[in-house]
Amino acid sequence: MGFKKLINSKKIVTLLSMFLLLGTNMLMAQDVATAQGTSTATSPDSADKSGMWTSVGYYFLLFLVAGVCIVILGKILKVYDLTQKMQGKKGINWNNIMGFVCIIFLIAGLYGAVWSLTEQGSMTLPEAASVHGVDTDNMFTVTAILTLIVFFITQILLFGFAFVYRGSDKRKAYYLPHNNTIEKIWTIIPAAVLTVLVVFGFFTWQKIENSTEVKGDLNIDVTGHQFAWELRYPGKDGVLGSLDYKLTNANNKLGINFKDPKSLDDLQADTLVIPVNKSIRLNIHAQDVIHSVYMPHFRLQQNAVPGLPTFFKFIPTITTAEMRVRTDNPKFEYLLYCNKICGGIHYNMQKVVRVVTAEEYQDWIAKQRPYLTDKLRTELKLAANKSTSAPQAAANRLALNN
Amino acid sequence: MSTLAVHDHGIVHHEEGHEHHHKQTFLNTYVFSQDHKMIAKQFLITGITMAFIGMTLSLLFRIQLAYPDKSFPLLETLLGRFAPGGRLSPDFYMSLVTIHGTIMVFFVLTAGLSGTFANLLIPLQIGARDMASPFVNMLSYWFFLLASVVMVSSFFVQKGPASGGWTIYPPLSALPKAMPGSGEGMTLWLISMVFFIASSLMGGINYISTVLNMRTKGMDLWKMPLTIWALFLTAVLGVLAFPVLVAGVVLLIFDRSFGTSFYLSDIVLNGQVQPFEGGSPILFQHLFWFLGHPEVYIIIMPAMGISSEILAVNSRKPIFGYHAMVYSLIGISVLSFIVWGHHMFVTGMNPFLGGVFMITTLIIAVPSAVKTFNWLATLWRGNIRFTPAMLFAIGLVSFFISGGLTGIFLGNAALDINLHDTYFVVAHFHLVMGSAAIFGMLAGVYHWFPKMFRRMMDERLGYLHFWITFIGAYLVFFPMHFMGLDGVPRRYYAFTEFESMKRWLTVNTFITWAAIMSGFAQVVFIFNFVYSIFFGKKATQNPWEANTLEWTTPVEHIHGNWPGEIPTVYRWPYDYSKPGHDGDFIPQTVPYSQTMTSNLPHDFEDNPAGLEEYNKWASANKINEQVK
Repeated sequence: MGFKKLINSKKIVTLLSMFLLLGTNMLMAQDVATAQGTSTATSPDSADKSGMWTSVGYYFLLFLVAGVCIVILGKILKVYDLTQKMQGKKGINWNNIMGFVCIIFLIAGLYGAVWSLTEQGSMTLPEAASVHGVDTDNMFTVTAILTLIVFFITQILLFGFAFVYRGSDKRKAYYLPHNNTIEKIWTIIPAAVLTVLVVFGFFTWQKIENSTEVKGDLNIDVTGHQFAWELRYPGKDGVLGSLDYKLTNANNKLGINFKDPKSLDDLQADTLVIPVNKSIRLNIHAQDVIHSVYMPHFRLQQNAVPGLPTFFKFIPTITTAEMRVRTDNPKFEYLLYCNKICGGIHYNMQKVVRVVTAEEYQDWIAKQRPYLTDKLRTELKLAANKSTSAPQAAANRLALNN
Repeated sequence: MSTLAVHDHGIVHHEEGHEHHHKQTFLNTYVFSQDHKMIAKQFLITGITMAFIGMTLSLLFRIQLAYPDKSFPLLETLLGRFAPGGRLSPDFYMSLVTIHGTIMVFFVLTAGLSGTFANLLIPLQIGARDMASPFVNMLSYWFFLLASVVMVSSFFVQKGPASGGWTIYPPLSALPKAMPGSGEGMTLWLISMVFFIASSLMGGINYISTVLNMRTKGMDLWKMPLTIWALFLTAVLGVLAFPVLVAGVVLLIFDRSFGTSFYLSDIVLNGQVQPFEGGSPILFQHLFWFLGHPEVYIIIMPAMGISSEILAVNSRKPIFGYHAMVYSLIGISVLSFIVWGHHMFVTGMNPFLGGVFMITTLIIAVPSAVKTFNWLATLWRGNIRFTPAMLFAIGLVSFFISGGLTGIFLGNAALDINLHDTYFVVAHFHLVMGSAAIFGMLAGVYHWFPKMFRRMMDERLGYLHFWITFIGAYLVFFPMHFMGLDGVPRRYYAFTEFESMKRWLTVNTFITWAAIMSGFAQVVFIFNFVYSIFFGKKATQNPWEANTLEWTTPVEHIHGNWPGEIPTVYRWPYDYSKPGHDGDFIPQTVPYSQTMTSNLPHDFEDNPAGLEEYNKWASANKINEQVK
């Protein structure tokens, strides 16, 4: 047939070998050319390149050697198998071998899973540093216990059965097409367990999310853009002013509407400093693409979506200083970082979060600079007549940015 | 390879019309073939090629994650401007992640898996001469190939391929200035996907109509093998879900090229206020995941069907709870359409909706659990033959358990807040739909290789391939759970910028080496595959002693599958080790009248005449025995 003809055809083979030869020739020539070209200017580079090709060749050889080893091993097995058969004995019983490999895998796998759970499990996040985070962690523990039980039982059964019921010519399998009772049992039990998890999860979720609409003790604007976070704290009036993205320019990078008198005292900050045991509401904005405010120590995440302000309310419970003691890590910092793919530098879009006592917070906030810089003042010609424009601006205020 | 000697209804006119000028040429046998078996092979080989490309991409970014500060001059030689100084650039890293995901999800596990096995098995297992519409079937393959070529060609455009993640969320994917990959690379991605979806729909409609209309005599729905049920329901899901993605993609094309604002609003890019107003990025996510979630079942259900069949054949036992298996597949199919919101718990979607989607999501765990338990019960007291296919099917069950259980965490909205988009998610879906589905596909390849290529694959190389891949996959994905629990996000170019993430570097290095090891195991597979096509041991007609119809066709492929009449089906496909029968399998084509000693009252549930006969025979037999 066509394929066979194609393969057997001598013309094709010669063409292929010519092509291969030419290809390698060209590659070599290129290599020589580049080596010559670079040797005058940067000799270390060409040395680097040739070194690279030797190591590539080395690894390729290693690969070939491994391949040859496998082939030899396969041949030995085949010869052994054939001699056994010639002597009238049975050949290699692969069913038995695979059955035993299954049981070895089961034991090694269980050991590995337990090792991983204890060793790497201890490298995970420290205790939750927020009120709702404790609920999340409880939920997690319950789910983890239930699923781990199922995990171990089912994997043991799977590989256990594979081992125990490995094939043999002497046995016939047990004809069991169905058993309605047992099928009902294993439909109802998972359903019941899942109902418990659903109910538990549903109420935890409601508790976390339902309160986010409500104003917090402290409202902070977090705005994401490629590739940084901007923070805005309310000033003395305790209220954030309104935003209008169309006002964004080099001086007013958040597009704050300074016609709104509430925005006049808004403050900018480099670190997200928050007082402990106060309810904090993060108003989350994005300017260009979707970002995600992720603060895993507080079990907090919310996407920042352009055109759709979101929010997350939480109560931090452990100060940074205390967490440093608890984790035994003097350099420990809470972090806020981006967790939604947002471009090339997505991997480095972080902000330090510091949880402090109420007094420390007051000291810190007093030192922060307002968004309304002098430059902006002159640009907006605001200094003089701010009292006249106030009522109108208040009426235009966006409800979302309270 | 002659035309048919005996014709069946329908085929008659077609065949006779062509008889005289229907010459078998290289072109119409191997390239523009309309034969479902050849199209299946085309899908398979294209799928495997794409899988190797996807795997190579993943190894490239794994190297970056393991050695973020090291320079590999070879990378610069191979990739040029994408790896300046021998280190991948952050943008190219994103491209690798994106195209790896796209290729694996769509080109390998959707088209490669469904395309191969639906084409091969539907006509063969239900007893049809070919697909309902062979020409559309051929078009389906060529659209798929075109989509593959366009997708891979995006590596050759100036700014590199699409890089917004395989979910291509706008505005990142909609604004060419947001990242290099959102330029021509993204355009090519969208074009490729439109072709892909066209291919998928043409295939799907064909599969559905073939299964519904072209079953052989006696093959009622409840006598179909589980593979057919799974492939049929998969096709239904695809036909219902893929058009929604087209809608999403077309709107995105409009936003990118024609200045509309379906997904865009209030955008300030690089300090420049953009003119978009009134759109919603969340809308795209709804459209995407309305396809996206059924999509993961489109991936896993064929794998489930394949492994159900293989587990039954090689345990020499009927699949346990056939009806429950079918109903759970139907349940999964229906539920898969109302769970998409669990991908969006933290996107700013109304929290009330989050609660609803959590409930539907966790309900879907029930049919999944039933399937798992039924597989375990199938193995119980079996007589297991460890063919490579069987091992891969067992591997699928293992992965499905491990990955499925973590789904219970992620489906829970409260827990998802902290786990969303971390490595926990990466571990979850790579186990439950990545590894499990690819294992289902490999199981299918090993099992039906003799049917496709008339030769057997080497078993020992199969064993080697299985164990290295299986252990490798666990070594790669198991530790990732704990990275996720430490709050390590996915799609990060390097973890060097975070003091707290640096301690995962050793784990990352370990994972990379495990991945490289698994990669080499695939070289063993491809060698076995190619070698066996040409030099493998010749296959017998029914090498696995299976019951299904495809093993009643002659080893030599013929157009129309069966010489002479299509066999009639009398029984379900899982009569393995039936007590009272000498052999341990009874093919579907054997009537009950020939197996009187092994018949059970249960076999005649919807057949009163047969039951009467059976009772007569049974009572007569009883008298005989009493006389003795």
